[in-house]
Amino acid sequence: MQVGLFVPCYIDQLFPDIGFATIEVLEKHGVEIDFPRQQTCCGQPMANTGCKEDTRPLAVKFYEIFKDYPYVVCPSGSCVSMVRHHYDDYLAGRPGFEELKHKTFELCEFLTDVLGVERIEGRFPYRVGLHNSCHGHRGLRLGQPSEIVAPPFNKVGKLLSSLDGVQLTQLCRPDECCGFGGTFAVNEEAVSTRMGLDRLSDHEQAGTQVLTAADMSCLMHMEGLIRRDRKSIHVMHVVQIFAGRQPPF
Amino acid sequence: MAASSKADILRTLRGTIVESVELPNLDQPWTTFEDRLGQFCTVLQAVGGQAVRAGDMDEVNRELEQLPAYAEAKKVCSLVDGIRKANVQLENATDPHQLEDVDFFVAAGRFGVAENAAVWLTDEGLRHRALYFLSQHLALVLPAAELVDNMHQAYQRLSFAEPGFGLFLSGPSKTADIEQSLVIGAHGARSHTVFLVG
Amino acid sequence: MTTLTKSNHADHAAEFIADSQRTGWHDQALWFIRAKRDKAAQAVPEWEQLRELASQIKLHTLAHLPDYLEEFEANATRKGAHVHWAHDAQEHNQIVLQILQDHGAKRIVKSKSMLTEECHLNPHLERHGIEVVDTDLGERIVQLRGEPPSHIVLPAIHIKKEEVGELFHRCLGTAAGATDPKYLAEAARGHLRDKFMNAEAGITGVNFAVAETGGFVVCTNEGNADLGISLPNLHIACLGIEKLLPRAQDLSVFLRLLSRSATGQPITTYTSHFHGPIPGGRLHIVLVDNGRSRIRQNRLFRESLKCIRCGACMNTCPVYRRSGGYSYDNTIPGPIGSILGPLQDPKHNRSLPYACSLCGSCTEVCPVKIPLAQQLLTWRGEIVRMHLLPWTKRLAMKAASIVFRNTWLYNFSGKMARWFLPKMPRFLIYNRFNAWGKHREIPAFPQHSFRELYEKKNGRKQQS
Repeated sequence: MQVGLFVPCYIDQLFPDIGFATIEVLEKHGVEIDFPRQQTCCGQPMANTGCKEDTRPLAVKFYEIFKDYPYVVCPSGSCVSMVRHHYDDYLAGRPGFEELKHKTFELCEFLTDVLGVERIEGRFPYRVGLHNSCHGHRGLRLGQPSEIVAPPFNKVGKLLSSLDGVQLTQLCRPDECCGFGGTFAVNEEAVSTRMGLDRLSDHEQAGTQVLTAADMSCLMHMEGLIRRDRKSIHVMHVVQIFAGRQPPF
Repeated sequence: MAASSKADILRTLRGTIVESVELPNLDQPWTTFEDRLGQFCTVLQAVGGQAVRAGDMDEVNRELEQLPAYAEAKKVCSLVDGIRKANVQLENATDPHQLEDVDFFVAAGRFGVAENAAVWLTDEGLRHRALYFLSQHLALVLPAAELVDNMHQAYQRLSFAEPGFGLFLSGPSKTADIEQSLVIGAHGARSHTVFLVG
Repeated sequence: MTTLTKSNHADHAAEFIADSQRTGWHDQALWFIRAKRDKAAQAVPEWEQLRELASQIKLHTLAHLPDYLEEFEANATRKGAHVHWAHDAQEHNQIVLQILQDHGAKRIVKSKSMLTEECHLNPHLERHGIEVVDTDLGERIVQLRGEPPSHIVLPAIHIKKEEVGELFHRCLGTAAGATDPKYLAEAARGHLRDKFMNAEAGITGVNFAVAETGGFVVCTNEGNADLGISLPNLHIACLGIEKLLPRAQDLSVFLRLLSRSATGQPITTYTSHFHGPIPGGRLHIVLVDNGRSRIRQNRLFRESLKCIRCGACMNTCPVYRRSGGYSYDNTIPGPIGSILGPLQDPKHNRSLPYACSLCGSCTEVCPVKIPLAQQLLTWRGEIVRMHLLPWTKRLAMKAASIVFRNTWLYNFSGKMARWFLPKMPRFLIYNRFNAWGKHREIPAFPQHSFRELYEKKNGRKQQS
């Protein structure tokens, strides 16, 4: 099976290992990767600011690059949410666009829903704090939001728990927003920072050793706070955990 | 001027085409309770009220006398026959303000709702509805068989064809406006007892 | 560095958050209510179905609003009420004033009504020599402090009991230093009972108006609305035109949702149904448009008219909890306020749709399924379209778009950033121009990007 690998711009530039971990995990499950190197950005920062005309060319670019792949996989819930929920304004009616929306997957949902993966092989004997990034959680329903009255589930948590030795920590607020929010992190810096610090306090009380999520944007924000305050929580993207990376302790 | 505002508003509203959605049918299998009475009593307690089972009006009177608020009450009003201590003649009150010092009011509930311990009350036979809110303490007498499971069944029992006042009352008056601390007896009744009779 | 307007949510929020302990207290208080809401909702197996039905009932009502309004008026009139129509806030205030003056009423008691807040009714009446006492305890507290409510259901949520004690000592003569909520509430009970007994008229809001019966419902926990209108013989009920429901049975859906969403209670203590005036009394109902018919025309934000003013979106909003109602500088704060505010005044309220991390929690708790987060995002597009976004931000987004459009430029910019930034001294990176860097480290910039390393590994075999 071949997939087009969609690597978010900030992962490409700042966290290259996440791209490689994604490839390793997919290849391990029998998937052949193609990385179309013309890709840049899904356009989310522009769209979230309301600058739709600045987003339009990026949506078109994405469509042209990825429309012919059987699947498109991306290690970011927010970028996939952009394609699935916010590209209609730019691409509705174009041939293959509806299909593109349905075949673009965040990594964890691709593993569980398309590949039917129940268990990730490997050992990760740590107390893992799962941050349920909002776009993936509420937008893509990677997990059941705590607001909803319905049976609970969590695709990311399920995969993490399947590794030997993983202990998912118990948070007071299992899916409260970390405060990154894209340009919100800068525009409403005080609130953003406070939200991130509150998330970290929750993880500290829960005994989290490794903080993880399916979105590096949230983690980048919380890691920035961790490093400034010299906290000891180690941050990893879930795909790095799946790929067998280990924390330094 | 007022007539033209109405016309303006309606004209603007009618000038806009809004896609219609069908008004849904509310006839659905809503949650019911095997032990309706038990559910009612549990919820009533949770909302700060008290439920008392009584076989007949004699027992109601005996139970009432156990309530300190009733025992100490100087002015007692009752819409229910057979409340021995009732000493305020409602017919004599020409103005609701005259009922300001009523300590205890016993009223008749029409039916109760198990899901939220609400009791339906009306102003039928009650000239001054203010009494429901003025009295320091309130007791309701309700036939134990007159309980429905949920609000959908409740509205099936209600008709608003005639002018009047109706109230779902669930528990005593309360507030949490001072730093989220629950205080019972905000402006209305300080205590709320429901006698489930029969 | 970037501020959107002079009256900017971000600036107010930063001030609020500067008191770190108080922010934590405010956040916890509201989260606690969110948690109570969750517990109450979980106890209703058909909760999600109720939300969907409520949404459909409201959408249907909105589609047929003129017919339902006329039906309501006819039935209400038949039952003895006088129905008035107000085009805007000023007309609403004029009508209410006229009714009071005709009645000779100078002492009024008022229960909670965000509609009257929206119209700024109190100052208008006071200018004409009428005393208006807000009788909801939280509202009375903020009224005595000369403040607006900071939350639509919990008006004094931002105030500590010590502050209430100090206020009541000054205004009601309670003991100095007293903070016991029971003691303070008892003092308020006596003080407000006096007001109820001497009131010449009562004004209430309306939670739901029913077209089929010509009646309306008012929900309180304190009983203040009922006391306020059952003692005097003039009752004025004010409502926005979107408060209508078609049938009495529709109340079953909304009453099951309202208080569970608002405070986690299965129902409010008092749920009063008014059909016609008190015998011998007068009932006036004022239907208010004040921009609602215009919102209804706007397909983008029409669904915001479904709102039943429960406040659940505020309780769950991580931004509201940490910035307080006043940071929004709008009658209604929080997520729904950030949609309605710009509809009334886009310029003044242009920072509100950005006072949001787009977490989507509000959308999930809304009992009538308003797509709140989606509408906040839509508002951002509108703000840009209306040229209300500062040029600095527009330029930054335009520049970013150009970079991302051209792969070679994107690769080049990334390479430059990754080359320069690690070499820059700390003071050049972390200064007042770097909002990110105020409390956070910027990520470590790697030497090579993913694609550089990938290409190195795999050679340039891909053509795409």
